[in-house]
Amino acid sequence: MAEESGSGRGYLAERGWRSWAFTMDHKRIGVMYLYTTIAFFFIGGIFALLLRLELLSPQAKYFSDHTYNVFFTLHGAMMIFLFIIPAIPSGLGNFFIPLHIGAKDVAFPRINLASYWVFVAGFLVVIASLVSPMDTGWTFYTPYSAKTGAAVATLSFGIFLIGMSSILTGLNFIVTIHKLRAPGMTWYRLPLFIWGMYSTSIIQVVATPVVGVTFLLLAMERLLGVAFFDPAKGGDPVLFQHFFWFYSHPVVYVMILPAMGIISEVIPVFSRKPIFGYKAIAYSSLAIAFIGFLVWGHHMFTSGMSPLANAIFSFLTFFVAVPTAVKVFNWIATLYKGSITFESPMLYALTFIFLFAVGGLTGPFLGALATNVQLHDTYFVVAHFHYTMMGGTVMGFFAGLHYWFPKMTGKMLNEKIARIAWALVFIGFNVTFFTMFIVGVKGMPRRYAEYLPKFHVENVISTIGSAILAVGIAVMFLNFLQGLRKGPPAPGNPWRALSLEWQTPSPPDTENFHENPVVTDWPYGYGKPKGPTA
Amino acid sequence: MGKISAFGAASSQAGRVDAVFLMILVIGIFFFLLTQGMLIYFAVKYRRRRPDRDNETLQITGNHLLEFFWILIPSIVVVIIFYYGWRVYTDQRIPVAGATEVYVNARQWMYEIKYPDGRTAINEIRVPAGKPVKFILSASDVLHGFYLPDFRVKMDMIPGRVTTLWVQPDRPGSYQIFCTVYCGTGHSNMMARLIVMPPREYAEWAAHREEEGGEGKEHEPLAVRGERVVKNAGCLNCHAIGGAVKVGPDWKGLFGSNVPLEGGKTVIADEDYLRESIVDPGAKVVKGFPNVMPTYKTTLSKEDIDAVVAYLKTLR
Ligand code: HEM
Ligand SMILES: [Cu+2]
Repeated sequence: MAEESGSGRGYLAERGWRSWAFTMDHKRIGVMYLYTTIAFFFIGGIFALLLRLELLSPQAKYFSDHTYNVFFTLHGAMMIFLFIIPAIPSGLGNFFIPLHIGAKDVAFPRINLASYWVFVAGFLVVIASLVSPMDTGWTFYTPYSAKTGAAVATLSFGIFLIGMSSILTGLNFIVTIHKLRAPGMTWYRLPLFIWGMYSTSIIQVVATPVVGVTFLLLAMERLLGVAFFDPAKGGDPVLFQHFFWFYSHPVVYVMILPAMGIISEVIPVFSRKPIFGYKAIAYSSLAIAFIGFLVWGHHMFTSGMSPLANAIFSFLTFFVAVPTAVKVFNWIATLYKGSITFESPMLYALTFIFLFAVGGLTGPFLGALATNVQLHDTYFVVAHFHYTMMGGTVMGFFAGLHYWFPKMTGKMLNEKIARIAWALVFIGFNVTFFTMFIVGVKGMPRRYAEYLPKFHVENVISTIGSAILAVGIAVMFLNFLQGLRKGPPAPGNPWRALSLEWQTPSPPDTENFHENPVVTDWPYGYGKPKGPTA
Repeated sequence: MGKISAFGAASSQAGRVDAVFLMILVIGIFFFLLTQGMLIYFAVKYRRRRPDRDNETLQITGNHLLEFFWILIPSIVVVIIFYYGWRVYTDQRIPVAGATEVYVNARQWMYEIKYPDGRTAINEIRVPAGKPVKFILSASDVLHGFYLPDFRVKMDMIPGRVTTLWVQPDRPGSYQIFCTVYCGTGHSNMMARLIVMPPREYAEWAAHREEEGGEGKEHEPLAVRGERVVKNAGCLNCHAIGGAVKVGPDWKGLFGSNVPLEGGKTVIADEDYLRESIVDPGAKVVKGFPNVMPTYKTTLSKEDIDAVVAYLKTLR
């Protein structure tokens, strides 16, 4: 297919707030999700910096213990429910799924718009709950969450709405991927981003109702005094943990699978090589989605479950590691004998592999029973999940933002500044979070506003790292802003990629494709002499 | 796994956990260096040197043999890690005979300690060195945690349940206890100390408790109090202490035995089971007995229930 050069403003041509608020164009909805979720990333990030500021000194210095508890709750809850779960699927997914499969839009554009506004309603309710801020941690464990003075019921309702939105989006994507593929777009020609999104959507549709019900029960317990979880009235607090993790464990794969999809797109383009082991990557996404439902108990090894149940959960946990390892090997093998360049999307993709490897390889410490019992609820866990969620998913998200920026905006970024930002992020990230492994092994529990002096040095280093990291992220986003305003116009296919979205103008028109595309090959045929040339 | 002494490990159990930790660390570092070494090597070696060479890369789309091996090898490695993690864990959960028992109840934001002989303390537990200790853990308000970093163990403290934790302190000394399950405002200040004393000092301390504590009458042993409660609460109308079958099961030899339940299952009569049978008798009905026992949840205080459990345990 011939490359079309960037002309006009494509889907961005119409102006005025109505053209956004009532749009049914998946691209505009995707962009609205991106703006919204990135805003929450910043708010959540500010809370993170406040946490790190307080942890500069062993004693509570700037905030009270209660305030610290509110901050880590808001940091965690916003990052999870308002940023990382929706950002890639609803933001980049909305924008790129139809473009990737050669469709004009998602299957149900109205429902798509509705899910955005349900999401907004959800976060407004969440904001309303801030009148008496939550101090339960994002895990809401009962009985504390049933007793604390905070507006838990309101917040539960907000999260309930956000969950509804994510179920609607998931359903929409599943139907879209099944029904709207262009002629010739067989399952094995789908970009791997689509496989990741497809697996993620299945998890969202199956798991999210569980968290909805859980929060409903919690709200009933608080508002009506019905005892599900309060032992004083015959309830069971551990039951809440089972419900909560039955949702929240699979959901970590909702966070990571789309990011893995992005990495599988970026690596081949910048190595000019076909992806290695396409089917293995595709099926490992499904395998992860499936096994992910069986391992929730590994968050509860110290909650008094029987040793046999613990052993079974531990065993199953290790089997999520295998399909994950397969992906990492495949990405690295894709580099072999490539012709690699290091534009910013590639830098973030390689960073993903590196940091995610640290996160992944520290997983077995938590999956193995003996060491889990030692490390559970310490800073080791905090380090582990930041390496996987931030080092993994967020780096994947950044890779995607840099990769697709020209397509979404029709402008090119300043590559030099992007690389400076990347270097700061990479250094800052490791300084911030690697120290947390060390202090965790030394025994510092998580969610501590104050700590023993013997943990002081590590905490100071970590805080310094977080400042570097924050500067890096700030530079990155200033570069985005600058690119939006002043960037040179982007050609249709600046990276000379083969997938369909690049065969449209940048930015694409509202209809996506001028003529309905017909697909004759998979999107990873790099290196063939007949492929596109520079 | 053998044991290793590192990082202030205070028991042989801790040394075995450290050995598992070290094993995973070595395996992890190996795979990290392998994969990331390859990543960096490929990135440097195959970087694009000449812009016109980019369409002559190899058309490798996969290799089944290679992929088979990198499914197989991680699978074997994780099974090994699982195995040792599980063995060491199970060994440390198996009850040890002749343990010193300490009852620990958590509330926002302190640990209340009770010894079987009736002494109490706050946030300070004393035990003899070289003997296994069993902590019998409960909570009165919200979830709390009981974490002994130097022993590499922790256990949640759950309202409405009793959990247990074993350690065998090898070396006298004073060890930190942290609360690890977030429990509200004072969570990070909820700490206690485990003071491990040389056996002789411990014996002296235990013998001199009256002078130390001041009020001798406070020290009614838990089991004695439990016996009193049992008599007053009418339990003996239905339960015998050896030799008779009344409306309910005989208590003699109950603790630690395998109890057959209606419906075919069995349950080990541990502290949690005893406590549950007192507050929620219908939850696990013993085979062959009618489900008629009333709940004592509101009639008996938490302290009384602890005492009854301590008493039942003496009826071996
Ligand atoms: C600038 C980057 C970040 C820094 C410096 C940071 C730092 C922290 C710190 C200090 C804690 C509190 C640990 C505690 O007191 O127990 C924390 C908790 C947490 N963070 Fe982050 N974080 C960052 C980014 C993220 C991102 C991107 C995510 C997810 C997308 C995330 C998810 C969480 C979660 C879920 C918690 C747990 C909250 C809880 O315990 O309830 N963080 N983070
Ligand atoms: Cu506590």
